[in-house]
Amino acid sequence: MAATQTSSFPAQVAPVSTGVALPSFTLWWRELVRFYRQRSRVIGVIASPLLFWVVIGSGFGTSFRSGNAAGQQHYLDYFYPGALIMIVLFTSIFTMMSVIEDRKQGFLLSVLVAPVPRSSIVLGKVLGGTTLSAVQGLIFLVFAPLVGVHLDLLRFLLVVVTVFLLSFSLTALGFAIAWPMDSTQAFHAIINLFLIPLWLLSGALFPLAGASGWLRLLMRINPLTYGVEALRTLLYPSTPVVFSLGASMATMVLFSAIMFLLAFIMVNRRTTKPAA
Amino acid sequence: MASKVPSLEEFSPDSAASAPQSSVISVENIVHRYDTRAALNGVTFRVHHAELFGLLGPNGSGKTTLFRILSTLMIPSSGRALIMGYDAATEPARLRRQIGVVFQAQSVDPKLTAYENLWHQGHLYGLRGRALKSRILEILNRVGLADRAHEYVETFSGGMQRRIELAKGLLHHPSVLLLDEPTTGLDPGARRDLWQYLAILRDEERVSVIVTTHLMEEAERCDRLVIMNEGKVVALGTPAELKKEIGGDVILLDAREPELLAQRIQAKFNVETTTMEGQVRLELENGHRFIAEVVEAFPGEIQAVSVSKPSLEDVFIHRTGHRFWTEDQQGELRKKSQDKKKH
Repeated sequence: MAATQTSSFPAQVAPVSTGVALPSFTLWWRELVRFYRQRSRVIGVIASPLLFWVVIGSGFGTSFRSGNAAGQQHYLDYFYPGALIMIVLFTSIFTMMSVIEDRKQGFLLSVLVAPVPRSSIVLGKVLGGTTLSAVQGLIFLVFAPLVGVHLDLLRFLLVVVTVFLLSFSLTALGFAIAWPMDSTQAFHAIINLFLIPLWLLSGALFPLAGASGWLRLLMRINPLTYGVEALRTLLYPSTPVVFSLGASMATMVLFSAIMFLLAFIMVNRRTTKPAA
Repeated sequence: MASKVPSLEEFSPDSAASAPQSSVISVENIVHRYDTRAALNGVTFRVHHAELFGLLGPNGSGKTTLFRILSTLMIPSSGRALIMGYDAATEPARLRRQIGVVFQAQSVDPKLTAYENLWHQGHLYGLRGRALKSRILEILNRVGLADRAHEYVETFSGGMQRRIELAKGLLHHPSVLLLDEPTTGLDPGARRDLWQYLAILRDEERVSVIVTTHLMEEAERCDRLVIMNEGKVVALGTPAELKKEIGGDVILLDAREPELLAQRIQAKFNVETTTMEGQVRLELENGHRFIAEVVEAFPGEIQAVSVSKPSLEDVFIHRTGHRFWTEDQQGELRKKSQDKKKH
């Protein structure tokens, strides 16, 4: 009979609840292991900030030698936080291409039929992507002394928090975009539509203070702006900024929460349509 | 999201009443529509405890849709599916703990080793630590891959990857194992091994096994099966029961003018005939005697004769009036695969 059947292996039946932590951990760990096993991706993570730096350094650095007057910031120095943001932005969102791959390879199906809370699927995948992109962002911090930035411990930790929050929110955004997609091409198309404007209008290239009218409004509603502002405050405490560090941080926490919720809602949709 | 293994007391009288004690799965009048097309059109059947149960049907008959509903990946448009008393639509978390699922497509991660795949799988079911480790080694032994535990799955043959899939599905001791066309892409040897293993599971671990297939010879190995066609159950029973209803032998006559021949046979022998693809088909007892008479009665008109014991395909033809693979469906399949290529 049905009920006795389940109790015939009392010692071997899986524990009553998996909780959120264990499945999240396992999905997070898998993300890291998979990353590490793909050598080209590892090389990309180390090399791309370096390459980025060299190109920017020798290109922009000589072209925009306008800011030599006292009190005015060199453009290369100005651009440093923007470059950091760019690395985090691209890495975060593109790591979530693995959602589409998991779906195609069938791995996702076996997770979906497992008795795990849906939040752990989002948490595991997003934290995996966050870890990878935050590490890459922090690798770029190695070059900070070259633009004359020497961080004390507190400021360094705040930069780490900022990079983490940015990575987390953007990875969650990437997850929410990738979840309903069935091809990496479609993902690329959407991302290009989103990503470049998001970055251009974040204050990474030109300052928020200088913008006016509709541009200023767009920059103010762009969540990335607050990341750039926070980083700028931390790296160059003497330069004037529009928002206080606290306000920027709070906005990023809020943005992270909203993005995570968005991803969570996407995953929780159980429909009459095929899941994969 | 806490889900519990039901104890005897917790088994609600409600679900016990709707499903008799031996029913592990109860599918009740399920209808499912994709947009406007109905993939399932009122499907009802039950699966008993420790039974090897088959869902046989041609492509497009709705068996994969049903599989998705049973494995909680999709909610049916109407009707309900219960596994171990849990409703697939409203209690997915509890139900998921009871089932192991082996998908038609690969679900193992080829970039991980066999051991790692099972390690992650165990975590998803709340297994951990040493208990998990010993269970992984046990199940790898069971599927004969213990010596390959620490090799990447991408280096495995198709048959070995299937066995890892099976190990994944069985790791957490499910009461019910669902398999969607598990022998796709396997050579005959690996196919036979898999079916033998499913029978062992049923006999030794008392697992209820539900398999979808479009292969007659696989369906023959099931304890009971449903035959599906165009979203409906056209037959339900043991293979022997189903074949018994054909009554005797199946006789096929190749003729130049099958319609005419069929009419004349009907008139002369007072038997029922059907014509199909240039053949006259009859179901009769003592077929060998009838053949002698019919060939004698219509000399020169019959080009070839065959008598056979009824197969499950004959059951399908008997119930639906057409072949398992109709010209129409094959054309559609071809079109579908072309469409897929275009995308």
